[in-house]
Amino acid sequence: MSAAGELAGLSAAPGTTVRAVNDPFHGDLLEVSMGPHHPSTHGVFRMMVTLDGETVVKLKPVFGYLHRNHEKLGENTTYLGSMPYTDRLDYLNSMTNNWAYALAVEKLSGQPVPERAEYLRIILAELTRLLNHTCLAGFLLQDTGCSGTPLMYAFREREHILDLFEALSGSRMMCNYQRFGGCRVDPTPGWLAAAARLVDGYGRFLDEYEALITGNEILMARTQGVGVLQPDLAVNAGATGPMLRACGVDYDLRKVDGYGFYPRFEFRVPLGDHGDTYDRYMIRVLEMRESIRILQQALRDLPAGPIIDAKAKNRGLRPKAGEAYGRIEGPKGEIGFYLISDGGPNPYRYRVRPPSFINLTVLEDMCLGQTVADAVVILGSVDIVLGEVDR
Amino acid sequence: MLGSGLLQGLAVTAKNLAGSFHDPARYVTTEYPEQRTKLPENYRNFPFLVHDDPADPNGTLRCVACQICEKECPPQCIYIVMERDEKGKALRRPKVFDLDISVCISCQICVEVCPFDAIKMDQEYEIATRNRFGGLLLHREDLSKSNAYYHQIHPTEAAGVDAALAEQKAKQAAAKAAKAAPAPKAAATTATPATAATAQDSAISPAPAAPPPASAPDTPANPAPANPPPDA
Amino acid sequence: METPGQIRDRILARFSGAEVTVVTNPGPAAQHSLLVGAAHATAIATFLRDDPVLQLDTCSNVTGVDWPGREIVETVRQPLAPEEDADPAAPPGVIEEKIKRLVPGSLEVVYHLYSVALKHGPVILRLRTADRAANVTLPSLTPVWRACEFQEREVFDLYGVKFTGHPDLRRILMWDEFQHHPMRKDYVEPDDYEWEPTPHDAVLTKARRHYPAPPAAPEEESTP
Repeated sequence: MSAAGELAGLSAAPGTTVRAVNDPFHGDLLEVSMGPHHPSTHGVFRMMVTLDGETVVKLKPVFGYLHRNHEKLGENTTYLGSMPYTDRLDYLNSMTNNWAYALAVEKLSGQPVPERAEYLRIILAELTRLLNHTCLAGFLLQDTGCSGTPLMYAFREREHILDLFEALSGSRMMCNYQRFGGCRVDPTPGWLAAAARLVDGYGRFLDEYEALITGNEILMARTQGVGVLQPDLAVNAGATGPMLRACGVDYDLRKVDGYGFYPRFEFRVPLGDHGDTYDRYMIRVLEMRESIRILQQALRDLPAGPIIDAKAKNRGLRPKAGEAYGRIEGPKGEIGFYLISDGGPNPYRYRVRPPSFINLTVLEDMCLGQTVADAVVILGSVDIVLGEVDR
Repeated sequence: MLGSGLLQGLAVTAKNLAGSFHDPARYVTTEYPEQRTKLPENYRNFPFLVHDDPADPNGTLRCVACQICEKECPPQCIYIVMERDEKGKALRRPKVFDLDISVCISCQICVEVCPFDAIKMDQEYEIATRNRFGGLLLHREDLSKSNAYYHQIHPTEAAGVDAALAEQKAKQAAAKAAKAAPAPKAAATTATPATAATAQDSAISPAPAAPPPASAPDTPANPAPANPPPDA
Repeated sequence: METPGQIRDRILARFSGAEVTVVTNPGPAAQHSLLVGAAHATAIATFLRDDPVLQLDTCSNVTGVDWPGREIVETVRQPLAPEEDADPAAPPGVIEEKIKRLVPGSLEVVYHLYSVALKHGPVILRLRTADRAANVTLPSLTPVWRACEFQEREVFDLYGVKFTGHPDLRRILMWDEFQHHPMRKDYVEPDDYEWEPTPHDAVLTKARRHYPAPPAAPEEESTP
């Protein structure tokens, strides 16, 4: 923490105004480095926050503390070898990362996917969405200062989903489940029954969680009208996922692209009205309810058949020269993979489009004029995972 | 009414507090290490090598040192040197099979690419060691575990593998028999080097007593798992 | 949605003198792209964003690609002038000449544009620098799409493309004092090495360069 003496540079920053405040600290801006070792920043994220009293007048995110050049690793590994690394991007949602990567490679190499595998992918992606949003609801409450209780309730439920993932793929978080042209393990009937039980009981957990939180006056006071994001800015700045839909922009890749078998499913896309932090929380709760509907339909209609295409090529895959961009609606937003092949066993270029990294573009715009305690809550509502932000 | 949301929330916490005394769904803590939950069958941690005969754990490894897993391993944590006799002839088994589990990411790709079902995923997770350098670098002797152990940790998968191997063996035997029928002399000549090789095998490898796997079968099984895994 | 060819024709009709070519993607994905000259890039991007038919209001993904200069060998066949006393029925001789040609390298930035309003896309824009060393300047599209802000910083950081008109062009993932651009194909990783017990030959060779003999492994501590 250091008192910034160079005010001239600060007031010239675009979009910021240094307001004259009628108090003894007038003119003394405080530059605070929040993070990278700060419990509120969800990992090793760092924000250089300039404060006028308690009000944020400038906020610059600083990245790279978890940078490991994932994309270079992808260029030096075979197509299959990158699959376990995608687990480690957004380590809460390895199933959707796997799917996005598998989708991009399938586009690149033109491989079909059997019907049962598509259903399994939808089941696992929606379970992942439940998991991610449950965690987010817990973390967000933790960020508002509601220590422990809601987060522990959320983690208790998340654990049941992780148990399912472990029973299916062998690992709780690093699932490495999808393959090009299908999936790796066929679930047993026992697993499917357990998943159906979990899905049927999840609504009850949500009811209870909402009784705990949603109507809470303190939460409303802390989040309503805080960190408002304008829809045009959100679209222009590439915000995706719940961040975008909380501003009332109807854009869900499950509907727009209709990848997988999503067009066969009946679900609604919840939209927010105000684009504030409370809306971003509510969007997630509502999306979880829609996910439960999708899961019930998918588990009911899961067809029999192979889980991987008979001609699927994973090991030693050498796609023809070309390029492909595949994207899906991950729990945090649009996760995409852009691959360029030169016909070799490794991708010539392997690019990840990380949703939470790009969603952070508008962090400063949302935080300006808010208090520093609100900045923590706003960051929590963006829903970042540093494994993906820094790659 | 202002405050009703708060009261409603407090009612939920009260319900959870009371429920934690009688409702297993609300009290989910497992008091490790006294209590252990049963691991799901598919659980994977680090790889091990399967051998067929517990009396000769290094001589009967299924691994033929083809190095496919070494090439495919994403973090490159496997290192294999094939054993050769004095004339430099490949003996189709590993002299060195090192696996650095401080690098391994437990992705199971080695298991998927292995055409001989020689490498499988272990379920041993209490592997903390005080020696960072040597303790996490596993050698052939540490990795070699019996087929019976494999059956114990992944029963369904192991049964499938055994069936496939038996079928393969029967096919090979049938092919050999078909080949041998018109030319019995040729079959006899091919048979001799094979027996010689096995004799040599046992002569070369003195079968050092492999340390019994830490997760020995006699590890007390969890008496009553608090949370039956979904697969159970 | 319009095909890349139609978009190119409309851009050319609108901006005389603009360089726009369609880059065909031979793969099964068939996502073709538009290679746009740097001079008109910002104007074209603004046109694509504001055009009522396209309304490409968001830039989803910005990628840097490195194409190093490479030497290609072309075989040129030239008919040999027939000798006078040769048999006219014989086929004319052919001389084969191998010509080495240097294809200059470039850095490329790929923009994936989508329309949130009309729910279509992608339209893929590519910009190329003149070479990989001195002329690595491209116009920034951040004034058109804010989504490019961090991603163009990333391309600058990892590839070294200098974006003019970017509001805050600094390194983003690597630290400020870092000298190189690690995603370039010719990047050589620094030769710093800490001994570790990985048994690979490559790693061991590297280790021997740094240490005459690997340090002795710390002795096993006794269990308390």
